[in-house]
Amino acid sequence: MTRWTPDPTFHPSPRDAANAPPEKLAYVAAFDRGARRPDAIVVLDTDPDSADYGQVVGWTDLPHRGDELHHFGWNACSSALCPTAPHPHVERRYLIVPGLRSSRINVLDTRPDPRQPRVVKVIGPEELAKRAGYSRPHTVHCGPDGIYLSALGGADGAEGPGGIAILDHTTFEVRGAWEADRGPQFLAYDVWWHLTQDVLVTSEWGTPSMIEDGIVGELLLARRYGHAIHFWDLATRRHVQRVDLGDQYQMPLELRPAHDPRRSHGFVGVVINVEDLSASVWLWHRDGDRWAVTKVIEIPAEPADPARLPELLKPFGAVPPLVTDIDLSVDDRFLYVSCWGTGELRQYDVSDPFHPVQTGSVRLGGIVARTPHPAAPDQPLSGGPQMVEVSRDGRRVYVSNSLYGAWDDQFYPDGVGAWLAKLDVDPQAGGLTADLRFFPHGEQFRGLRVHQTRLQGGDASSDSYCFP
Amino acid sequence: MTVAGWAALVALGVFHGVNPAMGWLFAVARGLQEGSQRALLLSLPPIAAGHLASVGLVAALVVATRSVTTSTALAVAGGLVLVGFGLWRLLSARHFRWAGMRLSSAQLAAWSFLMSSAHGAGLMLLPVLLVDPPGATAGHAAHPAGAPVGALTGLGAAAVHTVAMFAAALALALTVHRVLGLGVLRRAWFNVDRLWAAVLMVAGLVTLIHA
Repeated sequence: MTRWTPDPTFHPSPRDAANAPPEKLAYVAAFDRGARRPDAIVVLDTDPDSADYGQVVGWTDLPHRGDELHHFGWNACSSALCPTAPHPHVERRYLIVPGLRSSRINVLDTRPDPRQPRVVKVIGPEELAKRAGYSRPHTVHCGPDGIYLSALGGADGAEGPGGIAILDHTTFEVRGAWEADRGPQFLAYDVWWHLTQDVLVTSEWGTPSMIEDGIVGELLLARRYGHAIHFWDLATRRHVQRVDLGDQYQMPLELRPAHDPRRSHGFVGVVINVEDLSASVWLWHRDGDRWAVTKVIEIPAEPADPARLPELLKPFGAVPPLVTDIDLSVDDRFLYVSCWGTGELRQYDVSDPFHPVQTGSVRLGGIVARTPHPAAPDQPLSGGPQMVEVSRDGRRVYVSNSLYGAWDDQFYPDGVGAWLAKLDVDPQAGGLTADLRFFPHGEQFRGLRVHQTRLQGGDASSDSYCFP
Repeated sequence: MTVAGWAALVALGVFHGVNPAMGWLFAVARGLQEGSQRALLLSLPPIAAGHLASVGLVAALVVATRSVTTSTALAVAGGLVLVGFGLWRLLSARHFRWAGMRLSSAQLAAWSFLMSSAHGAGLMLLPVLLVDPPGATAGHAAHPAGAPVGALTGLGAAAVHTVAMFAAALALALTVHRVLGLGVLRRAWFNVDRLWAAVLMVAGLVTLIHA
């Protein structure tokens, strides 16, 4: 399917993307923890002039049960304009939706009715295993030469190595494993890149057995979860450098490189420091011809009455912030940091990436705080701001509250619930305010939990740009 | 080569030059990435060299082959190849794959060579190259050995074509870089691939009709 003029949602530069019109719809991954009914892609109305603003306006059940949707992405994005292999006349149209638990990959078509996406293809776990040798697919990125899909586990029950599978741009078939030489890399989680610099970055979570039945306390205290990030040569597909954060810094997850293709830095969030339960955000940057990391944000644990803590945390008498997602605005100015444990979303001005300055905070939910949404002040909230997505123009931030089925159950044992919130941003001074009109929750999600949000036409974590 | 023939070569050169996939856009990207117009300007000669190699190869082959086989057979075969290649370009959804963006000048020339070849840039010149009966070019008629001279004519044709391509790419790259900005891409980058495929097929049909 090709067009005569470029897809209007493709932008040569981050600046062009920031000037694009606001999103009218958002797609949200929703999953049934009990696998009794199918997971779904839920469509939310984000047009403030619409009568259905903030409501669920579309719902697409997936064909199977037990996928456990987590992250997902577009078939094509602004990287289609990259000059080495341009293909600007394809459409941003299909959502590539992996099942993190089932290893199944669902492909949804958002045309002709963007409110009712249709499932047009399902790639079974056996194809991912046979062609690429991977399982537990996670992050989806639209690359200039194919769709990059990270995966946490190996094939046929193997714990690893996890890695990256390449899907064909048009048929979405699995072409194979991306790595030509993985060096010491074994654990996998997120992937992104500095596209014009031929640099790819990956992070580390754990193997399937380390995550699927919940976080394993002994492994965590033994510092066995991931604690390094990896740099690769995007052109030759070879491992270049492993940068260890220190084994107390467990689980560096989301990778957010600068959108400006001339910049060579990015941020990675670390879930927990096992020495003091703090969370942190690190900056990666060049250091001569090598890569280095610098801790630029540290968020301490908050002391709490053990009686109010779940079993896992009782011995510590404190709530860890649990930074499980971060997101960088398209103009590279504001970094958003989700503290899923304490129930807080923080905003930092990272104009000077080495010295972030906190400019905003909103509290929602939290293991102890249970802060209600101002639109429903009598209703204590479970879960906390988790997946965070920023609009292209940087004026709106969407957060959802589930982390991962088995982990939700450990940290919020009385039920994590399901809610999304939208926060308005002052793009000049910074600062976050909850939008009272946008708080879909509870029955709107029909008992499913909500994870990643993708905005119609692209968002801050979906597109890469080849021009400054 | 007739005046019309040279004019056609120049026109096709301009057509190839303005196609963003043939290199001017890459030159602009390199200029912006490095923050210098110099990087843009230095990128274009290797791109043109790669294009010349791709087109010149086809031209030299065609003109050399023509001296040893009947021009009708060659024209029919060439025309069929062109129409087929045009159809394939039109219908195939495959994208040119090239992973890296930080290229040396030699790699840039290689990229351009592959890009031009994959798009069938040289093939598009077939009707122009074939319209000239062997040995008929003024001044070359007296030479007994047709092949080497013909090959030289072919290379001359490729060179003229490439100069036109280079000029068009340079003009467009500088205009976008200095005046228009990249926002113009979103409006003005119409689907050259389809037009390209159509031109290939028209070129094939013209060749067949003249055969």
